[in-house]
Amino acid sequence: MTDMMSETGLLKETPQTTEAVGGMGYSVKRKEDPRFIRGQGEYIDDLVLPGMLWLDIVRSPYAHATIKGIDASEALKIPGVLAVITGADLEKAGLHWMPTLAGDKQMVLPTDTVMYQAQEVAAVVATSRYIAADGVAAVLVDYEPLPVIVDPFKSLEPDAFVLRPDRGPDKANNHIWHWESGDRAGTDTAMEAAEVRVSEDIYIPRIHVASIETCGCIADWNATRGQMTLHMTSQAPHAIRTVLALVSGLPEQNIRVKTHDIGGGFGGKVPVYPGYVLAVVASLTVGKPVKWIEDRSENLQADSFARDYHIHAELGATKAGKITALKVKTVADHGYTDAAADPSKFPAGLFNVITGSYDFDNAFVEVDGVYTNKPPGGVAYRCSFRVTEAVHAIERMVDILAHDIGKDPARLRMENFIQPDQFPYKTPTGWSYDSGDYPRALQKALDMIGYDDLRKEQLEKRAKGELMGIGISSFTEIVGAGPSHDFDILGIKMFDSCEIRVHPTGKVLARIGVQTQGQGHETTFAQIIAEELGFPVADIKIEYGDTDTAPYGLGTYASRSTPVAGAATAIAARKIRDKSRKIAAHLLEASEDDLEWTNGKFSVKGSPDKSKTIQEIAFAAYTNHPAGMEAGLEAVDYYDPPNLTCPFGSYICVVDIDRGTGQVTVRRFVAVDDCGNIINPMIVDGQIHGGLTMGFAPSLYEEISYDELGNNLAGTFMDYLLPTAVETPAWETGKTVTPSPHHPIGAKGVGESATVGAPPAINNAVVDALWHLGVRNIDIPLTPQKIWAILNEKGVTA
Amino acid sequence: MTTQHIELTVNGQVREADVEPRLLLVHLLRDVFEMTGTHIGCDTSNCGACTVLVDGESAKSCTMLAVSAEGRSIKTIEGMADGATLHALQQAFWDQHGLQCGFCTPGMIMQASWLLARNPDPTDMEIREGIAGNLCRCTGYVNIVKAIEQAATELRAPASTDAPAEPAAAS
Ligand code: FES
Ligand code: FES
Repeated sequence: MTDMMSETGLLKETPQTTEAVGGMGYSVKRKEDPRFIRGQGEYIDDLVLPGMLWLDIVRSPYAHATIKGIDASEALKIPGVLAVITGADLEKAGLHWMPTLAGDKQMVLPTDTVMYQAQEVAAVVATSRYIAADGVAAVLVDYEPLPVIVDPFKSLEPDAFVLRPDRGPDKANNHIWHWESGDRAGTDTAMEAAEVRVSEDIYIPRIHVASIETCGCIADWNATRGQMTLHMTSQAPHAIRTVLALVSGLPEQNIRVKTHDIGGGFGGKVPVYPGYVLAVVASLTVGKPVKWIEDRSENLQADSFARDYHIHAELGATKAGKITALKVKTVADHGYTDAAADPSKFPAGLFNVITGSYDFDNAFVEVDGVYTNKPPGGVAYRCSFRVTEAVHAIERMVDILAHDIGKDPARLRMENFIQPDQFPYKTPTGWSYDSGDYPRALQKALDMIGYDDLRKEQLEKRAKGELMGIGISSFTEIVGAGPSHDFDILGIKMFDSCEIRVHPTGKVLARIGVQTQGQGHETTFAQIIAEELGFPVADIKIEYGDTDTAPYGLGTYASRSTPVAGAATAIAARKIRDKSRKIAAHLLEASEDDLEWTNGKFSVKGSPDKSKTIQEIAFAAYTNHPAGMEAGLEAVDYYDPPNLTCPFGSYICVVDIDRGTGQVTVRRFVAVDDCGNIINPMIVDGQIHGGLTMGFAPSLYEEISYDELGNNLAGTFMDYLLPTAVETPAWETGKTVTPSPHHPIGAKGVGESATVGAPPAINNAVVDALWHLGVRNIDIPLTPQKIWAILNEKGVTA
Repeated sequence: MTTQHIELTVNGQVREADVEPRLLLVHLLRDVFEMTGTHIGCDTSNCGACTVLVDGESAKSCTMLAVSAEGRSIKTIEGMADGATLHALQQAFWDQHGLQCGFCTPGMIMQASWLLARNPDPTDMEIREGIAGNLCRCTGYVNIVKAIEQAATELRAPASTDAPAEPAAAS
């Protein structure tokens, strides 16, 4: 595959432009950083508009309760409290429910029943941040607690009470949807015939993205102009504009969504939360700008949750370890509504990528979505489309199989990998992987970490009673949603866009349909244009996040910016290059066919001194363009990807476990990633470091769990433990480059790979350390309490 | 609500305000003085996005009342650069890709400046421990540690040649 790529010119392992131009392959320092390092970023809470008011939210202490009454009279006596909005007020305008991106519906404010702890119950509008909080404290709500279901299996029992009677008598149960993929009968037959079968229950707990900036917005309604400007923390501003137009009835041209700088997103800032809608309603009501900013505790208790998948997996294989079949049954806990951000046709996201990096014919996957008394779940945690859950399950199962048959897990993977010459590879659940070289990535990781020596060390340590484990994960990601025949959100196809304008002086303004939450688009998208057109990065300005100016796009999540908008950017640039060729031919009095494009200029073949630079061409586009041609040098492209892209990698983790405390220490972690051609190596490394850390975090520390009353047990940063610099390992990274054959610049997405790939490597390492004690599986997070209890049970002591 | 008059120094300038006794220092800086480089990332003193220096000591400004800053000298991210010249830490964070979304960055830089003032030549683990009260969700800390190492080296280097040489024994 790689050789073919280099022959076609698609493989770009070394930069093609000069360093001054700074095209693909250069670690160009980020253009956005000067404002951030000076404290001059403009995040939502930094923004103050004239006459702005504050909105704060009254939240339910109960996970399920009837609201018998709301008394706002004391709150309204506080000087500066202007209004208290309740569900009854919204009901008059039909705004007490709103649609979710998954086609379900969600309360903006309840009229009679609360469904989860920390649910929004009323909104207080006041003249200052502090007075709004005083107002919240003074609103009296009379609740009558109701029974609570937090366990999705109990929720499915026939005698369980119905959480969502609003769905009507036809749906008098808590089952949301059933989704399946693959060949059930064929898989059953293959499983029956398998010489070896391993099965396991794996729970991927609910976690929270916890970007360091919480969610917030300022809704600014101007009644005279009929204009709504919504400044907000959104990863998908255009989609928000359209949803707002549909829900509110405001004309879409009079709605402007603006994002400003965003302090991390990781998928948590894709959906519409009630707070945003309440700010919009409040601004429409009072005719002034209204700001809503979440506290951290509200954020950790009410929105942005991910995972919560109860997976039962069964793997069939030959005695020699050749995988033959995979069967998976999953219960997905969505909380009280399905507000996940998956494409419409995929209620369980791309979970059926669960056959992973392995070549076998029979797979069947089914998922059932279930309601519980929890806040809406399944949104995202640096992966929104359930790839993390899928990769975790297959990589755990492959490791259990290897241990069961006594084969080295690296060798078992090598023997089952899809081989480089099998791409494009059709999986048994219907995906087409674009390109890959899995053996090369795993071999590189094995070499980097010194695998054989580590296995020897492990044996020596085990003989001395020390607990050391080695875990591998050879993951396949699937990103870049997506081709319009399969991918839409609320009917809007998942294309993305770029518009490029070249000014007469040879400077460039480009606008993209995606959004940055820290990925560095102002730099990397400039590098794509520099690569294609030869303008130096310094001369290219990238804008995004203002729906009045940027072309329509579906936004940044699911690692789709580079695969989709990055492709649009390259294609738009090529349209400009095509027009530039015509202008150059005119200027050089040559035929277009006689021109060749190198290093940012067109020259006449055979007479390199007869040439025109792209800057000269840009000037001519406005001053001396050929007769019959439109003036100007601009292009726009809406890119509909022909397929998804499949980044991949192999990770190896080494852990030591303290026999006395159960504490897991990640001693080493090697990550070899392949995301196709690389735009900016420094930024890719940064994405991988961050992704690894967000894979490490839920493996060892993070979990949003609930007691039987539905109380969130990790609702603040004191209980929900984000890793600090002290715990976080010193990541060791390596690369292989296998371009995507269908992407214009051969690139793939990278933002989520490491978050997807890291947890099973850590989980496998910990189980590997304990396997000889009879431990087959431990669900993440691998906390000292959990491990200590196991060690204690097995009679292992310090 | 009664207010109290306070006077303090912020980045070398004397500032005054009439504030409610309950006003947090971080809100004084952000909402009253309109210096929004100091951020808020939590409500439990865990994240460090709000870190500033108070009389040279690092402090989480979300955990201190504005009235307690009376008579004190506060330094924030806005006071780090000298006009167009970036502070060595700012430059290093840029050079080493020590930031992504940038939200934790002002707090990280202030905390690192406190760390380097106390320990000009920290080890990798001393840096990690020194910033353990500052959470970053984007970078995985690797490049933050590198940035602080770069700045430490820079700040330890002898003063540039255009400054008059100091006698070696001083300070
Ligand atoms: S805002 Fe989080 S510690 Fe101050
Ligand atoms: S750079 Fe985003 S939180 Fe640190």
